[in-house]
Amino acid sequence: MNFRIVKDKLIANVMLILSISSVSFVFLIGIGLYLRAAPLFEEHTLLSLFRGSNWAPSKNQFGFYPFIMGTLSVTLIAIVVALPLCLLTAIYLTEYAKPGIRKVMLPLMNILAGIPPVIYGVWGIFFVVPIVREYIAPQFMEYSSGYTVLTGGVVLAVMIFPILVSIVSEVLSTIPKELKDASLSLGATKWETIKKVVVKRARPGIVAAMVLAVSRAFGETIAVLMVCGNVPVAPTSVFDGGYPLPALIANNFGEMMSIPLYDSALMFAALLLFVIIFLFNLISRIILNRIEHKYSS
Amino acid sequence: MTQHPLIRVKDLNVHIDGHHILKNINISIPDKSVTSIIGPSGCGKTTLLKTFNRLLDDTANVTVSGSVLVDDEDIYAPEAEVTHIRKKMGLLSQRPYPLPMSIYDNVAYGPRIHGTRDKSTLDSIVEKQLKDTGLWDEVKDRLHGPANRLSIGQQQRLCLARGLAVKPEIILGDESTSALDPVSTHTIEDLFVRLKAQYTIVLVTHILRQARRISDYIVFVYMGEIVEFGPTDEVLLHPKEELTRQYVKGFIS
Amino acid sequence: MGIKRRKAEETIFKILMVMACLIVGSSLFLIVGTIVVKGVPYLTWDMVSKAPQGGFYIGKEGGVLNAIIGSLYVAGGATVLGLLISIPISIYLNIYLKGGSLLSKSAKLAYDVLFGIPSIVYGAFAFSIMIWLGVRASLLGGVIAVTLLIIPILVRTLDEVIATVPRELKHAALSLGATRWETARVILRQIKPGIYTAVLLSFGRGIGDVAAVLFTAGFSDNIPIYIDEPAATLPLAIFFQLSSPIPEVQGRAYASALILTLIILVIVIVSHILATKHKHKL
Repeated sequence: MNFRIVKDKLIANVMLILSISSVSFVFLIGIGLYLRAAPLFEEHTLLSLFRGSNWAPSKNQFGFYPFIMGTLSVTLIAIVVALPLCLLTAIYLTEYAKPGIRKVMLPLMNILAGIPPVIYGVWGIFFVVPIVREYIAPQFMEYSSGYTVLTGGVVLAVMIFPILVSIVSEVLSTIPKELKDASLSLGATKWETIKKVVVKRARPGIVAAMVLAVSRAFGETIAVLMVCGNVPVAPTSVFDGGYPLPALIANNFGEMMSIPLYDSALMFAALLLFVIIFLFNLISRIILNRIEHKYSS
Repeated sequence: MTQHPLIRVKDLNVHIDGHHILKNINISIPDKSVTSIIGPSGCGKTTLLKTFNRLLDDTANVTVSGSVLVDDEDIYAPEAEVTHIRKKMGLLSQRPYPLPMSIYDNVAYGPRIHGTRDKSTLDSIVEKQLKDTGLWDEVKDRLHGPANRLSIGQQQRLCLARGLAVKPEIILGDESTSALDPVSTHTIEDLFVRLKAQYTIVLVTHILRQARRISDYIVFVYMGEIVEFGPTDEVLLHPKEELTRQYVKGFIS
Repeated sequence: MGIKRRKAEETIFKILMVMACLIVGSSLFLIVGTIVVKGVPYLTWDMVSKAPQGGFYIGKEGGVLNAIIGSLYVAGGATVLGLLISIPISIYLNIYLKGGSLLSKSAKLAYDVLFGIPSIVYGAFAFSIMIWLGVRASLLGGVIAVTLLIIPILVRTLDEVIATVPRELKHAALSLGATRWETARVILRQIKPGIYTAVLLSFGRGIGDVAAVLFTAGFSDNIPIYIDEPAATLPLAIFFQLSSPIPEVQGRAYASALILTLIILVIVIVSHILATKHKHKL
C-alpha cells in the first residue's frame, strides 16, 4: 500500500529532474557554444567579425560577412520561391480542394519532410544545377557552373514546402466559418473573401509559419553545401556561388585543431545560428500557440 | 438522515482561474440513498461532484477552501492520501471509458493495484461484480476479449462493475446516462436504485425526469450556490425557493 | 469593379492555385524519380551485402554495408536512448502535471524551440561535449549527437499522441485509486501504436541526418563492433563518394542514395499507416 505511494513519488522526482534538465538544454547549448567561442572575442570585436570580409584563419582574419550574406541570400531566395507557392497551395487545400486531394497532399508533405537532406542535395546536383547552368543562367550571362545561391535557394525552397504548407493550412482552417459566411453573404466572391477576410485574419499565423520556415532554411547544412558552390565571397548576383554559415562549419570542422582561434570561430558561427534560430522559433511558436489556444476553447 | 453522514461539506469555496465556481457550499449527503445534483449547465454541479474524490486536483489554477469530510476524514487536509480517498468512491463518467485491456482485466484492475494477487479471489470478484451489474450472462464467454468491443451500454455497466470492484462506499455519477440509448439508460437507473441499499450514491444530472425517477434527495445548484436541498418530492413539487420553482417549471435552464 | 472582372480574377487565381499545388505535390516525385533513375543502374547485390574492399574508392570491389549497418546502429541506439529519456518526460508533462500548468507549458515551448535547432548545431555541441569527456569520433559520439537531435521530435510526437487520449480515461484510472504512475502505465498501453509512430519518425530522422554525425561518428570501412569504434553512416558515405572524380565511385553514391531513399520511404509510409490506423481506433 505505502510502497505504491513511495514508488509514485520517487518516480515523480526522477521525472521532474529529467524534464528540467532536458529543458535546460536550450540554455546549456547556448552557454556551451558561447564558452567555446569566447576566445575569439578577446582578439576581435563583434563588429569587426560581422563586417570583415576576409576569411584567412591562418592569418588570424575572421570576416564573417561573406558567410552571413551567403546565408541570407539562399534563405531569401528560398522564401521568395516557396512562400507564394505554398500560400496558394494551402489556400487551395483548405478552401477549394475536394477532401480527396487534401488526403493525398498532406501525407505527401509528410513524406517530403522525411526525405533526408543529403537526398535533396543529390537531387539538387542532378536536377537543379543543370537547369540553372543550361537554361536559366545563359539568359543573363556568359557562363555559370550552376552551383549558385539560386540553386541553393531552390533546393531549400523545396525543403521548406512541407513546413509551410502544413502550418499555413492549419492556421487557415482555424478561421471560423461564420466569418467567411458573413463576407460571402455581403456579395463577395469566394476569392474576395479569402483575400480580404481569411488571409487578413490568418496573417499572424502565416508570418509565424514563414519565420519557422526561414529558421529551418537558415540552419540547413548539407543540402545547401552540396549545391551552392562554397565560395567565401559575398554573392552579388543570384548566379554567384555562396558560402552559408552551416556549410562553413561542416566543411572545416575537425581540420582546425592546429590553427589558433579557428575552432572558436567555427563555434561562433554555430552560436550565431543558434541564437538567431532560437529567437525566430521562440517568437513564431508563441504566436502559433496563441492562435491554437484562441480557437481551441 | 444518520447522525454522521458519510459525506459532509463545510464552507466549501472553489476558485478556478480566478473565477468563483462554488460559493459557501454546506451540505451533508444522506447515506445509503440516491442524491441528485441538478441545475443549469455551467452552474458548478460537476465541479461539486469532482471535489468529492479530488479529481479537481487535475485542473490547473484551482484553489479549494473549506473542508469535505468523508468518513470523518477531511480529504483536503494536507496529510490526506488521495489514492486512499478515491478508492472509497466509484466514478461513472458521461461516457464509458474502458481501460485498454480485456473485460476481465478491467474489473480486476482495481483489486490488483490494491494488492489482490490471488487468481481465485480475483475470479470471484470479477464474477460477483459482473453479476451485480447484470453483465455476467452477456460476457461470461468472452471475459478475455477486449473491453472496447462491447456495446456502449455494456461498456458503461462494465465501468460500474470496475468501480464497484474496489469496494467503494460511495458511487459518483456524472451524467452517467447521457451517452446511452433509452434501454441502457433504464438498466443503469435500475442498478442505481438497487445499489443504494449498500452504497451512498451521488448523481449529477440535467434531466429532471431522471432525478424524479431515481433520487431520494435533490440538491439544486444555481450559479455556484446551493439554492435548495431536500427530499425529491418536496424540492420538485413544493419548492421553498422561487428560483427552484422557476427551474423546475423550465423557466431557467 | 464589374462582376465579370471579379469573376475573372477568381478564375485566374484558381488556376494559379492548382498549378502551385501541382508543383508542390510533384516535387516529391521529382526527387524520388531523379534518385531512382540515377541509382538503379548502379544498384547491385554487392552494394548492400559487402563492406568496401581494397581499392573501393578507386572503383574496385565492395559495397556500403559498413555504412548501412553504421547508420542502423547510430539511429537505433539513439532511438532507444531517446525513448528512455523522452517517455518519462512526456509522461511527466502530460500525466503527472496538471493540464495547463506553467512548467508543462514552458517545457513544451522549450521542446518546440529545440525541435527547430538545426542538426549542425547539435553536432557542434555534441562534439564539444565529446572533447570535454575525451571521447573520440565513434559510434558512441554519433549516438550522443543523434539522441540530442531526436529527443525533441520524440517528446513532441508523444505529446501529440497523449493529447488524443481522453482526459476521462486518466480520471477513470485515478478514481479507482490508481497512483499517477499506475495511471501512466494504463495510458501508455492505450497509445502503443502512437509510440511506434514516434519511434519510426525519429529513427528515420536519425538515419538520414548528416550534419549531426559529420564530426561525431567518424568514418570507417569496417563494420563497427565496439561502441568506441568510428562508424560510417549512409548519408556520409553518399556525400564522400559523390565528391570522388571516379565515375564508378560516383555511381555508387547514386546507388547509396537510392538505398537511403528506399529505407526512408518504407519508414515514413509504415508510420503513416500506423498513425491513421490509430486515429480510426479512437
